[in-house]
Amino acid sequence: MSQDFRLDNIGMVNRDKKISFTFNGKKYFGYEGDTIASALIANGVHLVGRSFKYHRPRGFFGVGVDEPYAILQLERNNERDPNIRATEQEIFEGLEVKSVNCWPSVNFDIGAINNFLKMFFPAGFYYKTFMWPPSFWYKIYEPFIRMAAGFGEASIKHDKERYEHKYEYCDLLITGSGPSGLASAYAAAKNGARVILAEDKPRYGGSLLTSDVNIGNQTGVEWSEKIITELKSMSNVIVKNRSQVFGYYDHNMLVMSERISDHLPQTQKYLPKQRLWYIRAKEVLISSGSIERPLVFGNNDTPGVMLSSAAKEYMKVYGVLVGKKPLIFTNNDSGYETAIEFKKNGVNPLILDTRKEPSSDIVTEAKNLGIEIKFSHVVVAAKGYKKVKSADIAKISDNKKDLSNIENIECDCICVSGFWTPSIHLASQSGNKSEFNEKIDAFIPKKSKQKENTIGSANGKFTLEETINEAFDKGYEVSNKITENNNKVSMPTVVEKKSSEHDKFWCVPLPKGKSYKRFLDFQNDVAVTDIELALREGFRSIEHVKRYTTLGMATDQGKTSNLNGLQLVSDIENKVVPQVGHTTFRPPYTPVSIGAIVGREVGKHSKPTRKSPMHEWHEKNNAVFVDAGVWLRPRYYKQGNETLFEASKREAKNVRKNVGVCDVTTLGKIDVKGPDAAEFLNRVYTNAWLKLPVGKARYGVMLREDGIVMDDGTTTRISENHYHMTTTTAQAANVLSHLEYYLQLVWPGLNVNVVSTTEQWAGAAIAGPNSRALLTKLFPNSDVSNEGLPFMGYKEGDLFGIPAKIYRISFSGELAYEVNVESDHGNFMWEKIIEVGKEFQIQPYGTEALSTLRIEMGHVAGSELDGRTIPHDASLEGLVSKKKDFIGKRSLSRSSFTKPDREKIVGVVPLDKTTSIPEGSYIVKDPKAKLPNPKLGHVSASCWSVEYDNPFSLAIIKDGKNMIGQKLFAMSPLKNKTIPVEIVSSHYVDPEGKRVRA
Amino acid sequence: MLYIFCPHCGSRSQNEFAYGGDATVKRPELNKEVSDQEWDNFVYLRKSPRGKHLELWHHISGCRQWIKVERDTSTHEIFKTYKADELTE
Repeated sequence: MSQDFRLDNIGMVNRDKKISFTFNGKKYFGYEGDTIASALIANGVHLVGRSFKYHRPRGFFGVGVDEPYAILQLERNNERDPNIRATEQEIFEGLEVKSVNCWPSVNFDIGAINNFLKMFFPAGFYYKTFMWPPSFWYKIYEPFIRMAAGFGEASIKHDKERYEHKYEYCDLLITGSGPSGLASAYAAAKNGARVILAEDKPRYGGSLLTSDVNIGNQTGVEWSEKIITELKSMSNVIVKNRSQVFGYYDHNMLVMSERISDHLPQTQKYLPKQRLWYIRAKEVLISSGSIERPLVFGNNDTPGVMLSSAAKEYMKVYGVLVGKKPLIFTNNDSGYETAIEFKKNGVNPLILDTRKEPSSDIVTEAKNLGIEIKFSHVVVAAKGYKKVKSADIAKISDNKKDLSNIENIECDCICVSGFWTPSIHLASQSGNKSEFNEKIDAFIPKKSKQKENTIGSANGKFTLEETINEAFDKGYEVSNKITENNNKVSMPTVVEKKSSEHDKFWCVPLPKGKSYKRFLDFQNDVAVTDIELALREGFRSIEHVKRYTTLGMATDQGKTSNLNGLQLVSDIENKVVPQVGHTTFRPPYTPVSIGAIVGREVGKHSKPTRKSPMHEWHEKNNAVFVDAGVWLRPRYYKQGNETLFEASKREAKNVRKNVGVCDVTTLGKIDVKGPDAAEFLNRVYTNAWLKLPVGKARYGVMLREDGIVMDDGTTTRISENHYHMTTTTAQAANVLSHLEYYLQLVWPGLNVNVVSTTEQWAGAAIAGPNSRALLTKLFPNSDVSNEGLPFMGYKEGDLFGIPAKIYRISFSGELAYEVNVESDHGNFMWEKIIEVGKEFQIQPYGTEALSTLRIEMGHVAGSELDGRTIPHDASLEGLVSKKKDFIGKRSLSRSSFTKPDREKIVGVVPLDKTTSIPEGSYIVKDPKAKLPNPKLGHVSASCWSVEYDNPFSLAIIKDGKNMIGQKLFAMSPLKNKTIPVEIVSSHYVDPEGKRVRA
Repeated sequence: MLYIFCPHCGSRSQNEFAYGGDATVKRPELNKEVSDQEWDNFVYLRKSPRGKHLELWHHISGCRQWIKVERDTSTHEIFKTYKADELTE
């Protein structure tokens, strides 16, 4: 294997382990520890993609999270993973990646024609090019934009990988393991603080991996290895690599994504692919470092133009040369460090320095090494299409406005350094307003709003000595606030080369007669001319300029482009950068997998599933389940090839004729206890509760303060100061909160306690004319006759040795009972009821039959008590006490609630007695009236009446009381149906309520 | 995610709580005659200041106690929390 650009004696990759991978279908080799970027560069590959708008060739620009170009699509175990940064993704055996945004191939891309149609793609082209004619939008423009948009293609398959969430608490979270992160973590950990140190790269050390420095008589790399090893051995420290802290939220909650398996051929057993950490930190030290700023010149997006720090890291960390004829274009000393590294590895660089006569240790060292340096020189334009082949360079005047002596020189890469931009994203997300620092031409954090401090180069400290000193101090200071251990470690001595000041120059003027594209934002193809145009068109606020031109948008969020964009706006506007300000930094700092955000909450796990103790029996007996909130309830029990309609009809009929049993465990149950319980219920419910005797149940309706019905249910007085309240399944949690609100905040003087007992009781409703006969057999020792247990009566019984509670209440309108036993005995109870009930032709019934039974009885449920109805609307006004006060009573006398034609519940029967009325249909007088047709109300629930064998619906309509007997129409525009109907009483079956009392 | 000090349980993450709105609202006493205007104010009118605000939170996945939280609505800073029956400053 020959890798033309791999160096022999440098780098941290494991040369003993060769790894093969494919890029665009072609096989390449790299070493363990390589990223896709380093391995491809080692193989001389620089063309990896096409740009977003003009489809210009794209190579590598950076070496980490800031990468704007090398966005690839990864194929792993037949899964597609788009938006992979080649500079971050480590290679593994069998890795497959391909280029995006190019067709048919990265080498020959049809879309590149956009490059020649530039006049159609100016800033804001979305708003201009695709406007006219309007009829083109749907068929031509939209499909075109959709095809062109985005990087890569998301997989539409179910992601089989596992992602986890983890919650962690610590004294101190440190984001980044460069010199400041390591030093502060060490100082804080030695002072007894519980520390989490997060590093987004696989290797710890940050800039120490690539800089030529000495700390405590060790090289930077040795020192960082020593510190990390010691930190890892400490029980109060968590050290994580491949972990990006991407969001800073309220009250020092930070979120970190840990890429556990992304660098492996497949996720290891018992480990997730990624883990999302929610970290609540008492203090945060942001040591996220800084990102090198590009210089702006003609065709500065050509593959081969890259950050000089990236070129250095490719050499020192990966042992890879980005070129063999490098041109270094710099306005500060950082470029020299890269040049020196080239020289040490046998490559002769040429330095173009925009400064006139800088002097520093590093400049002197470069000169002494014999490196050719041209001062007051700039790159005018890169030449070459798919790779840099040469560069036009020129001498620049002292005022940086005029170019002279333009000449073309050969080179195969241009390493640019426009000084450094602190990564203030996390600080900014925490609410810290930044300030502009003239000395470094960049923003640094200002005053902390939360418990955070920014240290090191993220705070604009660019010498190692300052950084280390600040980090040791801060690490000690913030940890001591928490631990008060006063254990201060001594600081090591630091040896580094002194640098000279950088030049504020950032953009090369165009030579006369040339119109090179000079790019600011490399991911979105935003050039100098786009910003100029936006400003000419009146966009002034930097937030508007961003959105109009897309400067600083997309996956890299302008990590390399923001400051140069601000420089340009302030130059044109004749302002200084701080006046222009910067756009808001929002989380996430880097793209995060949707899978990691969702975690384990996928599919069935997206919410809890609650099952009754009888669930297994239902399953065994062919129940078809339905979601009722988080509960699973049997909808019907399927026999043979029955449909839902047939089965529910059979079940409901059997209740009316014989006896049925329904699992009502899901009903909310609340124990209300205390000497003031009766008084409390009297205030909560609309009807009177003070005189309910022990052993009796009562139906009650509770309102919200605005007079709307909140819930209904029966409550039974178990003993003097003990009530058993039931609520609907859906409202159980809300009702409990509601009761607690009044007891704790409004009437704290009432001596009452409430607690949910929903899960403590299993419930079975036994309904039908045979129910008493069945009950007599189930409870042979109890008197369950009409006298012994009258309607709305309650007694305790013995169910084959199990204590049970028997309530004579009915939702179906039939003679019915509800039997409750402790949940553990639920299944026993159910099996006994089925077994003993056989001789009475018992059948279990599900929620569908339950609905049918209650609808034809005119009993209201959630579809009528829908948060818009007052008791009158649901025909519950008889339960509203005129004598006493209760929650929501005062609202009922509001004028709109008392007007005579107020909506009221009615029954609806189709005239043809065969057409079912869709739920949600409108009731109208004239189906042919001009639209919008005034509606009288809507159909709230529909069923097939088993009593009369025809469709029946409930509706809530205006002046319902006086509509009974009228012939109207039910219209469903959704189902395109108009059905002539007759309005009848909502009590369709047994209106006198004889059966429940029989 | 806010970190709320529950006077009964200690500091807990926001996802254990349910928001309960303006805590300065006082319900008119039972059986008291109130005008439409007065009742409307109680049912519908809520303060929504930018800045310091006394609000209710229900520690729904914890001790199930309603608490009062003095919070800055623009910065989310929490100054003090009170038990339901505690007098606020």
